[in-house]
Amino acid sequence: MRILNKKNIIAVLFILLIYAAGEIMLRQGIIDSYIELNIILIGINIILAVGLNLVTGFTGQFSLGHAAFMAVGAYTSAILTAKFNQPFIVAIIFSAIAAALAGVIIGIPTLRLKGDYLAIATLGFGEIVKILALNIDYIGGARGFMDIPKYTNWTWIYFMVVLSIVVIKNFIDSRGGRACISISQDETAAEAMGINTTKYKILAFVIGAFFAGIAGALYANYFYFIKPDSFGYMKSIDILVIVVFGGMGSIAGSVVGAIVLSLISLFLQSIPELRMVIYAVILFLIMVYRPQGLLGKGEIKLKFLRKRVA
Amino acid sequence: MEQVLQQLINGISLGSIYALIALGYTMVYGIINLINFAHGDIYMIGAYIGFACTTFLGMSFIPALIVSMISTAVLGVIVEKVAYKPIRKSTRIAALITAISVSLFLEYGMMYFVKPETRTFPEVLSSKNITLGNLIVNNKDIYIVIITVVMMLVLQYVIHKTKIGMAMRATSMDSEAAQLMGISVDNTISTTFAIGSCLAGAAGVLVGVYYNSIDPLMGMMPGIKAFIAAVIGGIGIIPGAMFGGYLLGITETMVSAYGYSLYKDAVAFAILIFMLLIKPKGLFGKNVREKV
Amino acid sequence: MPILKLNKVSITFGGLKAVSDIDMTIEKGQIVGVIGPNGAGKTTLFNLLTGMYVPTSGEILFDKGTSIKLNGLKPYKITSHGIARTFQNIRLFGDMTVLDNVKMGFHSRTKCGLFSSVIRLPSYYNEEKKVKEEAEELLKILNLDSKKNELAKNLPYGEQRRLEIARALASKPSILLLDEPAAGMNPNETKELTGFIAWVREKFDLTIILIEHDIKLVMGICNKVYVLNYGNLIAGGTPEEVQKNPQVIEAYIGSEGA
Repeated sequence: MRILNKKNIIAVLFILLIYAAGEIMLRQGIIDSYIELNIILIGINIILAVGLNLVTGFTGQFSLGHAAFMAVGAYTSAILTAKFNQPFIVAIIFSAIAAALAGVIIGIPTLRLKGDYLAIATLGFGEIVKILALNIDYIGGARGFMDIPKYTNWTWIYFMVVLSIVVIKNFIDSRGGRACISISQDETAAEAMGINTTKYKILAFVIGAFFAGIAGALYANYFYFIKPDSFGYMKSIDILVIVVFGGMGSIAGSVVGAIVLSLISLFLQSIPELRMVIYAVILFLIMVYRPQGLLGKGEIKLKFLRKRVA
Repeated sequence: MEQVLQQLINGISLGSIYALIALGYTMVYGIINLINFAHGDIYMIGAYIGFACTTFLGMSFIPALIVSMISTAVLGVIVEKVAYKPIRKSTRIAALITAISVSLFLEYGMMYFVKPETRTFPEVLSSKNITLGNLIVNNKDIYIVIITVVMMLVLQYVIHKTKIGMAMRATSMDSEAAQLMGISVDNTISTTFAIGSCLAGAAGVLVGVYYNSIDPLMGMMPGIKAFIAAVIGGIGIIPGAMFGGYLLGITETMVSAYGYSLYKDAVAFAILIFMLLIKPKGLFGKNVREKV
Repeated sequence: MPILKLNKVSITFGGLKAVSDIDMTIEKGQIVGVIGPNGAGKTTLFNLLTGMYVPTSGEILFDKGTSIKLNGLKPYKITSHGIARTFQNIRLFGDMTVLDNVKMGFHSRTKCGLFSSVIRLPSYYNEEKKVKEEAEELLKILNLDSKKNELAKNLPYGEQRRLEIARALASKPSILLLDEPAAGMNPNETKELTGFIAWVREKFDLTIILIEHDIKLVMGICNKVYVLNYGNLIAGGTPEEVQKNPQVIEAYIGSEGA
């Protein structure tokens, strides 16, 4: 079976190794709860960034409302775990599906638009979702949703991150992924080459939303408490900065970007306004001097694995 | 019925504010095809300058207004030269992200320096109520509408009857051709930013005077709503921006009046999405086909 | 049954009739030229044929065994029926490699979906292998395989045009539309192109419709020529007939011409 080739086996072993290392360090207390918090945050950001990168970087659809999908996932998981006592796996699955559905609902009307108009429309939808959340008392409204059971841990985060990276990478390196990339290059030509651009734009959008939903669930079930304001325009921008910084069109870039920017956020925690000012300057400098971001469209190629493949 | 008319008056004042800000958006988009996300923040800075003038320099209303307008005009030009000129040839996404970064910079920069608390404007315009039958009209409402209308008339004059106005119109239609005709595109763009920004600054001072409180993030929502107003009227079309501003202001006040004030922002966005889907060129816009 | 038939096809933009009452009959295997002064509506015609524009009246019929009306079908559907095109201003996927550009062309002839791609079923591997092999084959035939890993935007102009054709051929069309393939070429290159087009038609069993300004190319290779002016069809026939048509002569000498 092709899937059992040498490269894949080494990759799987590598992945398990890192997991084991993390688990051991946690149990031995080498990694304390503060570091664990940050690892969880980085993991959530990676999932969000990789999903948004698929939409904006690979398919060229500028979305400023990605946080709305995170919100849908977070609230779905909160409701299922806190009010219906469902196990986490159930909550995560439903969060992902709910967010994906939101992706379909929002995507179908907005993806007819292009460029600036698409950006504003997604921003608009994102704000509408937030306003709806603020006004629904069942989920706490403006006061937020409290007492969400804490289920998220290293295991969940790690494997969800791996899942999101593998799924999106596999999609990109396939017929569907190529279709998405061609849409970002020249939508008219792509359509002329037989690609149903509407279908693929929505597909990319929904996949991104799906994973944002998972990220939302992981977030809700770690921080006990969520409120609508955490999922507004600012959060969408946060994720966008990571994607742009790492390179639109590079999965590895999103991972690296998430790590670097989460760390920068961490160090600037005490001066939140200055953090945003620095973010703004970073964004600006990237756009002017290196618009392709850190890794551009490249990936980190594991060359030494390649050579051994038969 | 009177309730409705009363709300209409409020709506017209709010609409004036949106219209003033929307003008800047639409002019800039018309000339360089960029949604200037930072525009709402220029409005905010205008409010703060007005605040500084009246509170620390003891100026009265009109002088403060004028100082603020001049300062924001200069700020607008600086923003254009420093941030937008370098990315004039970049992709749309790059331009948009740059605009977002400028916006964040202004918002959080302000917050860092003046602290996030709201400030109160001193009473520079004594509030007098005029009763017309059963309606109460505050003199501030009248000031806002008059000042707005005067500015719009001046703008129309500038656009249609001056050389620089003609240059602006030409550049927005075809900047290369305009350049070949000897128009300095750079100067025209700077002028556009200056005019748009000073109108936004004026709106900021008016809001400070009318609603009395200002804070560093006050530009975000009005900025987005003014953009929505510009889209409603037809982005790039100046009368459209005015119309859109008033339409949105009145709609929003009506929504609040009917008890749905929690949803008033959502209504604005819903209108936006509706417009983008049904008539993206706006109510006054023309349909232009992409040449394949 | 002609492979493509246009009956009184018109399209109006706003108040302007860009193309009016076009009647065309194209037989399988022909090379048909569409000529006319700039702005005559030639590219508009192509856009109508490929579904980018919808005719405001008339019908476009494509014979694939049964007759299919192309009006109103989305461009990607028309491509999967078997009509492919190149563009006047080359529209390659610049940041993708030459090989990937051609692989893109196979999209409508392959079907690996989201699930099999993500899970990496054997069908994914099989299809990818097949697409890669066929793409490389196509590149070899068109003399581009030495550049297969280059980014498309880095290719010289002539090779970019060939790549666009390769990409169009990947969709296994029955009809190939070439929009000004000789644009920007010198007389030698044009002569080569003439032979190339004839060879492509033979090798891939195609019907070819081409828009061109280079009259020598058109007269040299086309079985049939249609002439457009101001959106109207002013002549249609063999190259010799068209050359002698007084209306055609007037259109070319009266206006800017080729």
